[in-house]
Amino acid sequence: MRSDALTWALRRVGERTLGWVERMGFAARFSLAVLTHSPAALRRIQLTMREIYFAGVLSLVIIMVSGLFVGMVLALQGYEVLTRYGANESLGVLVALSLVRELGPVVAGLLFASRAGSAITAEIGLMKTTEQLSAMEMMAVDPLARVVAPRFFGGIISMPLLTALFSTLGVFGAYLVGVKLIGIDAGAFWGNMQSAVDFRRDIVNGIIKSVVFGIAVSLIAVFEGYNARPTAEGVSTATTRTVVASSLSILALDFVLTVFMFRGIGV
Amino acid sequence: MNRSTIDLWVGLFVVIGIGAIAFLSLKVGNLTSVSSAPGYHLDAAFDNIGGLKLRAPVKAAGVVVGRVERITLDPQTYQAVVSMRIDQGYQFTKDTIASILTSGLLGEVYVGLDSGGDTQMLADNARIGKTQSAMVLEKLIGQFMFDKAASGATSAGASDASPASPPKATAPTGAAMAGGTK
Repeated sequence: MRSDALTWALRRVGERTLGWVERMGFAARFSLAVLTHSPAALRRIQLTMREIYFAGVLSLVIIMVSGLFVGMVLALQGYEVLTRYGANESLGVLVALSLVRELGPVVAGLLFASRAGSAITAEIGLMKTTEQLSAMEMMAVDPLARVVAPRFFGGIISMPLLTALFSTLGVFGAYLVGVKLIGIDAGAFWGNMQSAVDFRRDIVNGIIKSVVFGIAVSLIAVFEGYNARPTAEGVSTATTRTVVASSLSILALDFVLTVFMFRGIGV
Repeated sequence: MNRSTIDLWVGLFVVIGIGAIAFLSLKVGNLTSVSSAPGYHLDAAFDNIGGLKLRAPVKAAGVVVGRVERITLDPQTYQAVVSMRIDQGYQFTKDTIASILTSGLLGEVYVGLDSGGDTQMLADNARIGKTQSAMVLEKLIGQFMFDKAASGATSAGASDASPASPPKATAPTGAAMAGGTK
């Protein structure tokens, strides 16, 4: 009896592992296929435009409002701590650096994954469930070129713009709270910020991060949708997986990128 | 939703996105004033630069006149050679004193330039002769302790001169290390 349970458990582990490795292999093959179909998406720019509208324009409100509030909270909390050291003039530096380097790309990426990534997965998954993808193949229309690649590129193009908007609104929110509400000198707020934030090291690195996160989220979203089991439950599982997997990969990638980008701070 | 409406919205989105990047670059990152202004280079050798960093400001009378571009160690003299880029509009006399200063107790470290009364000006790539090193807190404290110990020893045991002599011998070197060349 006990040995049966043990065998069953071992078999489960083996099955899970093999399934996972197989999924990784399929994901790699799928990524390559999406890349080879990317010229098609760029040639038919109208399809990509539509996806930028759905992924980017419709995420504008949530991104901008979140950015504003994140910046305002950062300013309040930062002021609280900085006042203890008599350094409340550095509030602009604190807010701008944390937004541009870390919070902007990461939080915008997480919001983008839950707002747009899940929608992409659900849409492609439902297309698969209702056999629209098979119908396209039947009509000699490649679903990778027609459905997947435009969504992938729409996500990649939207993500850096959304991140920049998030950071901008965050800095503006910090300005509102710090300068207008608390009463820090506006000259010190902007001046310290400008002398501390470096274009190449902080802003360009932030944009690179957001592009990488955009690629990761879009790829996971289209892959999960394309790979979903064609049932109602399968689509729901795939949507959940998109949000979980892309959030985790954003945080992990952020760590890796930060190690490479800011290793030599101040040297 | 028809095609032109989508195009309009996407266009608007891209425009404000690029606007946000421009705002971050210009207003937050201050891209405009970093590299565009023409300038010339000045070198200065310090015994100790303390916590001076690359891109630290160079100030004269509190006004930022340039940035630190390169910090190297001279292998012959074991001095730190600080290369500064000064804005073209500012000229300094040949007897200018360069010193490493700190704004406030915890503030940034910067290079301060104090002009003298010389009539000749420093040219491009000139070396500033008179420098004052960074104040290193540990050395200042050490020097203070030595002075205290020395004065205590001389007042307590005036007849016996031998315990007071070692601190006296070390105190001037401590002062020279902390003060640098004047």
